[in-house]
Amino acid sequence: MSMSRRQRTRTVRGVQYGVLALVVAAVAFGANWGEIRRAFFDLDVAQAQFPDIITTALVNTVVYTLLGFGFGLALGLILALMRLSSVPPYRWLAIGYIEFFRGVPALLVFIALGFGVPIAFQVVINQYVTVMLALGLVGAAYMAETIRAGIQAVPKGQVEAARSLGMSQGRAMRSIVIPQAFRIVLPPLTNELILLTKDSSLVYLLGLSLGQYELAKFGRDALNENRSLTPILVAGLCYLIITLPLGHLVRRLEARTAKAR
Amino acid sequence: MTKVAGTKADEAAIRVEGLHKSFGDLEVLKGIDFTVSPGEVVCVIGPSGSGKSTLLRCVNLLEEPTAGTVALSGTELTDPDVDIDRVRRRIGMVFQSFNLFPHLSALDNLTIAQRRVLGRTKDEAKRIGRANLLRVGVSEKESAYPAQLSGGQQQRVAIARALSMDPELMLFDEPTSALDPELVGDVLAVMRRLADEGMTMMVVTHEMSFAREVADRVVFMDGGVIVEEGSPSRVIGDPQHQRTRTFLSRVLDPAAAEVTEDGEPPA
Ligand SMILES: Nc1ncnc2c1ncn2[C@@H]1O[C@H](COP(=O)(O)OP(=O)(O)OP(=O)(O)O)[C@@H](O)[C@H]1O
Ligand SMILES: [Mg+2]
Repeated sequence: MSMSRRQRTRTVRGVQYGVLALVVAAVAFGANWGEIRRAFFDLDVAQAQFPDIITTALVNTVVYTLLGFGFGLALGLILALMRLSSVPPYRWLAIGYIEFFRGVPALLVFIALGFGVPIAFQVVINQYVTVMLALGLVGAAYMAETIRAGIQAVPKGQVEAARSLGMSQGRAMRSIVIPQAFRIVLPPLTNELILLTKDSSLVYLLGLSLGQYELAKFGRDALNENRSLTPILVAGLCYLIITLPLGHLVRRLEARTAKAR
Repeated sequence: MTKVAGTKADEAAIRVEGLHKSFGDLEVLKGIDFTVSPGEVVCVIGPSGSGKSTLLRCVNLLEEPTAGTVALSGTELTDPDVDIDRVRRRIGMVFQSFNLFPHLSALDNLTIAQRRVLGRTKDEAKRIGRANLLRVGVSEKESAYPAQLSGGQQQRVAIARALSMDPELMLFDEPTSALDPELVGDVLAVMRRLADEGMTMMVVTHEMSFAREVADRVVFMDGGVIVEEGSPSRVIGDPQHQRTRTFLSRVLDPAAAEVTEDGEPPA
């Protein structure tokens, strides 16, 4: 039973394509296409989602994401600077914060802010503020570590040059180090934006008015109305409208960074 | 083109007394005393690891001395009550690896500290920046980013950046060591012109021909101490100490010695 290498390659290929063909055939003939089309690809249902799924849900997803990202970025920068501080308590606080919020599920943070705080303190918080805080608090923990790595990647000679020109430590940080650090961390920060876009679906938990629906909640409601998965599929495609170009952007930024090195 | 060494002014431009510097257990500077007079050009030479860079960095407190004092025209830098940022702006520093700010154009490299530290207006900073780029011969590159410049151009922009702060004195740490040989001349020519204009300069260098022709005084360091100092013709031409002779014979290998003897014409 000896086969030449070419024979063996040919046999393995044959088996691989054979299995693939069998699976495709089984799905094609075995599946109930009418049922699947009705459940997933109901064009009437899909059409009914427009334009609201864009003008309300997609827009809200973007707004929630950007609110969370903006807050998270600012807090993340502060945490990164605390993490690098020469004052030990600042470092401990930052490390504690980062470990905590990276370790607990974002869902829990949403519940705590959306329900816990209002109940415990008997206050009503604006939904947008809740979303901004919940997404930002979690995002900040991740962004802090990214930004810290970026700051540390700026060569020491840069600070020395800045200081030798008479800049203070803080001025050197603001004018020289942080601008360079952000260039370095632009790709990972964009990745963080993609993750936040998806995490913004957790807003679905909160009691929202119709105008505040984002993609996930919108899809969930339409699913109930139509007894069809189509709205979920459409909502999923809407997320891709945001995340695919961002992913593409990340790859281009990474390529640019690689070339600059 | 040599100037009168050590013209007796009231205050030395730099006065270093009893300077010690240790990194952990490693004592790098073991008691250094020297002065630089206004307008004087002092070249510091010595083997690798002898503490030349550390000494230079102690002069503008990029390294904190372990003991001893550093004074600049009478202002004691090592006094904890002195605002070091105010003193540093009076001292220009040029690094071996240029350390230009890569995210800023050549001109912006020159204007940022003028604006943020000296509070000059944008227009004023640009005017002074352009004048200094012209002075070092790279004015046509004002909007180029450091990555788009040759090493020699980058170092000249770095010199112009320091000059834009109107410093009282300039520190150079092996400014040509990272350069391709054919680019060294342009940078040395700029430094030579600065010296001729009367700038007070302290230059760590391995360029013996530069030291010989431009320096008013040469300081030879080894093992964290100043072994000997004096006029270039004395220290390089007729060294008194064995350690100096050993070092010079190693640096001035036949090929390099020839260049020195020919002597480049001053710029
Ligand atoms: N930040 C530092 N931490 C620990 N050791 C240091 C530090 N900086 C310098 N040293 C040590 O101090 C000694 C003197 O270094 P320095 O850079 O001053 O020498 P140098 O004379 O400039 O040498 P070279 O000609 O190679 O530049 C070396 O042994 C070096 O390893
Ligand atoms: Mg050195």
